[in-house]
Amino acid sequence: MKVLVPVKRVVDYNVKVRVKSDQSGVDIANVKMSMNPFDEIAVEEATRLKEKGAVTEVVAVSCGVAQSQETLRTAMAIGADRGILVQTDVELQPLAVAKLLRAVVDKEQPQLVILGKQAIDDDANQTGQALAALLDWPQATFASKVELSEGSVKVTREVDGGLETIELKLPAIVTTDLRLNEPRYVTLPNIMKAKKKQLDNETPESLGVDASPRLKTLKVVEPAARKAGIKVADVAALVDKLKNEAKVI
Amino acid sequence: MTTLVIAEHDNVELKGATLNAVAAGAKLGGDVHVLVAGKGAQAVADAAAKISGVTKVLHADAPHLADGLAENLAAQVLALASNYSHIVFPATASGKNVAPRVAAKLDVAQISDIIAIESPDTFQRPIYAGNAIATVQASDAVKVLTVRTTGFDPVAAEGGSASVEAVDPVADSGLSTFVGREVAKSDRPELAGARVVVSGGRGMGSADNFKILDPLADKLGAALGASRAAVDAGYAPNDWQVGQTGKIVAPQLYVAIGISGAIQHLAGMKDSKVIVAINKDEEAPIFGVADYGLVGDLFQVVPALESAL
Repeated sequence: MKVLVPVKRVVDYNVKVRVKSDQSGVDIANVKMSMNPFDEIAVEEATRLKEKGAVTEVVAVSCGVAQSQETLRTAMAIGADRGILVQTDVELQPLAVAKLLRAVVDKEQPQLVILGKQAIDDDANQTGQALAALLDWPQATFASKVELSEGSVKVTREVDGGLETIELKLPAIVTTDLRLNEPRYVTLPNIMKAKKKQLDNETPESLGVDASPRLKTLKVVEPAARKAGIKVADVAALVDKLKNEAKVI
Repeated sequence: MTTLVIAEHDNVELKGATLNAVAAGAKLGGDVHVLVAGKGAQAVADAAAKISGVTKVLHADAPHLADGLAENLAAQVLALASNYSHIVFPATASGKNVAPRVAAKLDVAQISDIIAIESPDTFQRPIYAGNAIATVQASDAVKVLTVRTTGFDPVAAEGGSASVEAVDPVADSGLSTFVGREVAKSDRPELAGARVVVSGGRGMGSADNFKILDPLADKLGAALGASRAAVDAGYAPNDWQVGQTGKIVAPQLYVAIGISGAIQHLAGMKDSKVIVAINKDEEAPIFGVADYGLVGDLFQVVPALESAL
């Protein structure tokens, strides 16, 4: 059984982005880029399923600029067997990515696609669900546990107020939440090995997909800043402020 | 122009997030209808009909709509979609699960987590953990939105008198089945809508230590929250997580205890009315957003605060 894992190249988790002065977007020139953390969890989960013998091949796919191949190499260093780069310089929005992935799914015929629940740049939280819709496959978002069996997958999901478990017929879409697993450290020998793994190239044109954006970004601005308040000396002063100044208790 | 708001509920009770979503719907102009899809959720439909500003409630009732399965709920929305210019979900776990499925089927771009409406096709939404606010314009005929509840004050739950109309339920997709649910039982208010939130971070040190927040939360009538660091360390359950990838809260009072204030955490709470930070590190970034900061050992401050209240 084959698993497809889409991965996205994003501004690193630890970078605080700056808004460009012309309000056209955020400045990502010369900023550290990494694999979206939720996608790393997805690659790790697929790799573990392969190590358990439930899966025979893990294919990583990334849609975006040429440098996304670095992200694919990272996925292959974690454990993906090969990579597919759908290369484009066009700004990709979630619906377009879902369409590109549908075309890749049509070619690769995986039984399971595991995606991160959300990318930490656009914070959209859409691609997995949109892909499931386009394929008419069932979906289990925000997964904290994935149990694969013959023809179905049982997924425990993080929902408001607790957990819920659902069972999906395969083929299916799963999106990862934080607690699904802790991705392994990538070792140097595995990085070297990943360089030799197969990486194929596609484009939106070769897949026959119109990837043009549907949403126009009119401007991007800094959020209203919250100014720092005061330090209080002790608990009594704090209670006094909350009661008499802020009047919230 | 008419907006369809998808009600958040558990077949028994209409959830508060629906009121924020209706508020967003009302800002779009035009009529606001509410869809209640569930099993035996008549009480929810009746409650939805009383929401201020709602002109019609559509009630779909079927066993396979009981548990909000994405495939069935999305199909139910799609069966009604052609009558609407806007389809609005609260940005809850359920709304985020279903809205993109509806949008993709309609071949339209879904717009996530909007915090302001500039016009019926132009919206503001946070990106990069709230470190930037994007204004986006949609060109699609139907706009499918999820609404960040803290961005829109809830409309009144009472005062409306909408008609309740039964609609044909869609067929079960058969693709997914509901197995079970483990809902944490708590007498505390729900985190997302609580008036006061008491949150602990990595500084709590252990899951056992987290319990010292209980009496304080009890006194304040607060919901309990946690930073991602505390959740990752296993000190607190995941559904307590406040931040970019957890819950977004904006209570009247947010008490951050042993939380350093990573940008991902601030993204989830910086719209709170009053923020109190208790941390032993006076350089902690949380003090940069706190109205009142208290530098000290939380294991002394928290019990002292509890007894002073």
